[in-house]
Amino acid sequence: MMDILNILMSESFWAASLRIATPLIFGVLGALLCEKSGVLNLGIEGIFVTGAMVGWMAVWLGLGLWGGVLAAAVAGAAFGLLHAILTVPLGLSQHVSGLGVTLFATSLSYFTYRTALPTVSSPPKIESFRALDIPVLSDLPFLGPVLFQQTAFTWLALLMVLLVWYVLNRTPLGVAIQAVGDNPDSVDAQGLSVYGLRIGAVVAGSALMALGGAFLTMSAFDSFFFGMVNGRGWICIALVIFASWRPGKALLGALLFGAFDALQVRLQTEVGALVPSQVFIAAPYVLSIVALVIAARRADYPRALLTPWFKGQR
Amino acid sequence: MIRIEPRAATSQAFKLGLPVLSAVIALLAAAIPLAFAGANILTAYGEMVKGVFGSLFAVSEMLTRATPLIFTGLAAALAFRARLWNIGAEGQLYLGAMAAVAIGAGAIEAPSYILVPVIIVMGCAAGAAGMVVPTVLKTRFGADEVVTTLLLNFIVLIFLQYMLEGPLKDPMGMGWPQSAPILDEGTLPGLMTRMRVHSGLIIALVAAAVAQVMLSRSVWGFKLRAVGENAPAARHAGIGVDRTLLSVAIVSGGLAGMAGVSEVAGLKGYLTADLSPGFGYTGIVVAMLAGLSPVGVVVAALFIASVFVGADSMSRSMGVSSYLADLIVSMSLLCVLIGGFFARYKITRSAPTKGEAS
Repeated sequence: MMDILNILMSESFWAASLRIATPLIFGVLGALLCEKSGVLNLGIEGIFVTGAMVGWMAVWLGLGLWGGVLAAAVAGAAFGLLHAILTVPLGLSQHVSGLGVTLFATSLSYFTYRTALPTVSSPPKIESFRALDIPVLSDLPFLGPVLFQQTAFTWLALLMVLLVWYVLNRTPLGVAIQAVGDNPDSVDAQGLSVYGLRIGAVVAGSALMALGGAFLTMSAFDSFFFGMVNGRGWICIALVIFASWRPGKALLGALLFGAFDALQVRLQTEVGALVPSQVFIAAPYVLSIVALVIAARRADYPRALLTPWFKGQR
Repeated sequence: MIRIEPRAATSQAFKLGLPVLSAVIALLAAAIPLAFAGANILTAYGEMVKGVFGSLFAVSEMLTRATPLIFTGLAAALAFRARLWNIGAEGQLYLGAMAAVAIGAGAIEAPSYILVPVIIVMGCAAGAAGMVVPTVLKTRFGADEVVTTLLLNFIVLIFLQYMLEGPLKDPMGMGWPQSAPILDEGTLPGLMTRMRVHSGLIIALVAAAVAQVMLSRSVWGFKLRAVGENAPAARHAGIGVDRTLLSVAIVSGGLAGMAGVSEVAGLKGYLTADLSPGFGYTGIVVAMLAGLSPVGVVVAALFIASVFVGADSMSRSMGVSSYLADLIVSMSLLCVLIGGFFARYKITRSAPTKGEAS
């Protein structure tokens, strides 16, 4: 018990929680944006892989760190556009299209990586994002290491929470996006484009997802390897339901999840001899399912989620 | 302006031609990544064809590869027909494989006419259990089965690592994380001498035929289709929707478990954590290419297996990444999906009339 307290009191634990949560914050925000407009995007897992690969490769090719962030976002947006075209104007199954995008984005990323680097034994490294060093703030006790010694990429994620919250709740565009996910007919009656709003939301959401992947190769690690996304995208889909489609709760969900993951890694070293390590490794996935089961019934689903809409058909 | 109108009826030729056309387009589109990789495109296609049809051994390898895909394809096709989104065939496959080695690697000693059926039944039961859990979470708690089955795949894989390092670990395995081999009495017999193709293929073909008959001719098949087409209407008509979904989950999970039994007891002989290169996920593509028809699954599985075996052989001889196969498979899924749109709708052009209320 003392051990757990010690862990919870430590700066490194809270710093790690935020670090682990960062890719999930991007992913949950992206999935939330897509679903708010009425489109489930199961392409998320593949878009994470693409973001990780493209971001890393852009830096490796010399485009610089922010060039890599931009490249990842553009690549994610491209796959988002593919999913949006299939599911919005064509009205195809969002489940199957999303899985198709995941398979396509993953295999294309892996193929591109292997073709560019056919015979590397150890994956090449890039100069990844460095911890911020802000005068005074970074030297604060506790808050310094937890908040102000993170990388700029983590701060971008926190900024995105504010941005998505602001756009969804405080702008006409956000109201329209929410309306198109609840009642597309009413949006159409107002003379707004249902297709345009949905496609835009899916493209923007997918760009955010790709940033989650890019964080893995450009901030958490400094190289790309196969299987590194490891279900993070699917966890985000569960977290959106847990967060009941609210950006603030999405941040909270991702942080809780990050804290839990940071805790299990530390507990593993404490009680590793007593409990098989796989119990800890499986815990995040089990936790996601538990969160889903708890939240499923009272979640505030966008009412038109999964329902295609065609112009001129009521 | 462009309008999208539903077609009154889709012709049979369209339904059959669509997946073939999708497959051909996906194969042709592979020329782009091939060119990108700097390979001679015609030589590459030649190598692929040779890799699948160049010899009796090549064909037998393709059939070996198709066997698990028929099972996972059937698992996805039946579940999707009932709108039960089983994306967890990968995990259920490993559950089936674990049950097979837990029983067949020495725990029970019996003649093969007892041991083989026991292994099959227990493997299917383990796979079925893996799908019953998310289905109950769906019917009782409303938890979306897409997400739970996807997450369960990861949980099963981690459980597998634990089992291969612990209870199922081969004491003679030189420390490798692998299970002890299945006894000879528990092995599915081979079909051809010196070839790897085994009687799992026969079971798969029988399963496809039974599934086809059950789906189109039995009361169960009728209920399954009714639930898939319109669950509220089915409930109104007095069909037990939850019970039907549960029965579909058992059959679907059982088929995925059988894929694991077939791979471990028919092909590999022992279990490792890389038994399946994503057969569960690829089964979804197989099912979609098949238009969710059990007989179609057999044809689609043969096609996808050809892509994998052909691309593998081509990549070995030409040094192109073998991820090309996954790329072709994913593109054929997207193509058949887009084709499905044109099967159901037609796009017509009409001049916008004045004062038209949209």
